Amino acid sequence: MAQTYRTMLVDPMVDNNPITLQVLGICSALAVTSSMSVALVMTIAVTLVTGFSSMFISVLRSQIPSSIRIIVQMIIIASLVIVVDQVLKAYAYEISKTLSVFVGLIITNCIVMGRAEAFAMKNPPLASFVDGVGNGLGYGLILMLVAFVRELFGAGSVFGLTIFETVNNGGWYNPNGLLLLPPSAFFIIGLIIWAFRSWKPEQVEEREYRIQTVEAH
Amino acid sequence: MSDNDRENKPGQDAEAQFTPEMNPPDRDLPAPEGEVVKTGGFLRRFLDMPADNTAKTVAVALGLCLVASMFVSAAAVSLRPLQERNAALDKQVNIVQVAGLYEDGIDVAEAFDAFEPHVLEMATGEFADGAEIEGQVLDPLTFDDRAAAEDLTLSAPLDDDPASIGRQANYVTVYLLRNEDGSLDKVILPVYGYGLWSTLYGFIAIEEDGNTIYGLQFYEHAETPGLGAEVDNPRWKALWNEKLLRTDGGDGELAITVAKTAPPAGPEYHVDALSGATLTSRGVDNLIRFWLSERGFEPFLERVREGEI
Repeated sequence: MAQTYRTMLVDPMVDNNPITLQVLGICSALAVTSSMSVALVMTIAVTLVTGFSSMFISVLRSQIPSSIRIIVQMIIIASLVIVVDQVLKAYAYEISKTLSVFVGLIITNCIVMGRAEAFAMKNPPLASFVDGVGNGLGYGLILMLVAFVRELFGAGSVFGLTIFETVNNGGWYNPNGLLLLPPSAFFIIGLIIWAFRSWKPEQVEEREYRIQTVEAH
Repeated sequence: MSDNDRENKPGQDAEAQFTPEMNPPDRDLPAPEGEVVKTGGFLRRFLDMPADNTAKTVAVALGLCLVASMFVSAAAVSLRPLQERNAALDKQVNIVQVAGLYEDGIDVAEAFDAFEPHVLEMATGEFADGAEIEGQVLDPLTFDDRAAAEDLTLSAPLDDDPASIGRQANYVTVYLLRNEDGSLDKVILPVYGYGLWSTLYGFIAIEEDGNTIYGLQFYEHAETPGLGAEVDNPRWKALWNEKLLRTDGGDGELAITVAKTAPPAGPEYHVDALSGATLTSRGVDNLIRFWLSERGFEPFLERVREGEI
């Protein structure tokens, strides 16, 4: 396998993106993308948790009994997530107020478990760490794209800075309320997946069926 | 970390030295760390045991839980002082804001010193500072309103419960702001109740006449951004300023309401509901009308109106 650290880090951005290609971690992508600053903190949190949980799991990989490996992975991931939550409450109190529920849900984020099970159980610690960070960043890239669209058109601002003055504040822009509700992220993620797969047709999955024509006699 | 990881690429040749026992067929593991075995210490023997051995499974599970729990508790305990300071500061900022004293960059702790905290007995409207209830001394500086509302000796269940709060504390902390000559300027009262998704916690500031609202501000809620969360919108909050609670200069009935149209009592008792957030608006209406009723702060506000405070 010709995987270098560089490809491990860059691959999950576009070529093997956890959201657009593997379609993992969608639930949290819906919940935390209504504003960009929240999405950024979530990105950092997920990247740290994926990186370090992969690393610790990789260090222990030959000692983890296969019968309880999922539980062992969960314990490591959950401990890291709790620590991240505590750190946020101590150093970024304002953001932790809106994010606390979702930070807890990183534990169930399929990307973290997926990388632990698929990569960290078979690879050395440093490689696992880089792979985890790469996947966290790939997830974050999509999160930031979705949050940009949702915040700009839903609230007229970017990172809380007003771009379009909304009607509620005496401006001209009538914000699109749908974009502030979680389901709108479905549409945006769908459009992003479409864009990615049009750009890189090799990401398109093969059809599971083929429509056949039957000649009538 | 071992020398075997020196190249750190997946699929290393180190796997060749592996016994099948250590590398069960269903898993494609590379060599464990620290390969060279010179002496057979207890730890070494333990690490060399097959990972699927029952004793080892139990040992790994116990060991990991122990380490993880120590790690988590260490983080929680060491960060707690910072977290508590943040939460206290956040509450102070909101009290200062609702009284209209907040400006960007001010020293919040200093501005907060202007406020005079008191523990209030809800039923009588009298201050109960320093009173002792079931062995607990009610100190206004440390009294915890949230804990009191859960405490069985300090609260009572509600049968008719428009604000959906379950239990109501018998004692709460209120804050007084005085003019320089010592006369009352504003009273800051805590209010809370259920909106659409969450309990909204906030403060209402009332002028010295005990009947005119100065401002309302929520410091904790999880309503829908853009709709219910517009309770934080400065333009909506400004609507509360100068509204009146009761008719007849405070002696009549409670008339303040959050609704789409003005009540019969007149527009000075009406705050326009948030568009697109009917349930949050209804929640705010319920909680304001509950907390300012006879079961809420009315006994205290009556004393304010009579100039006793």
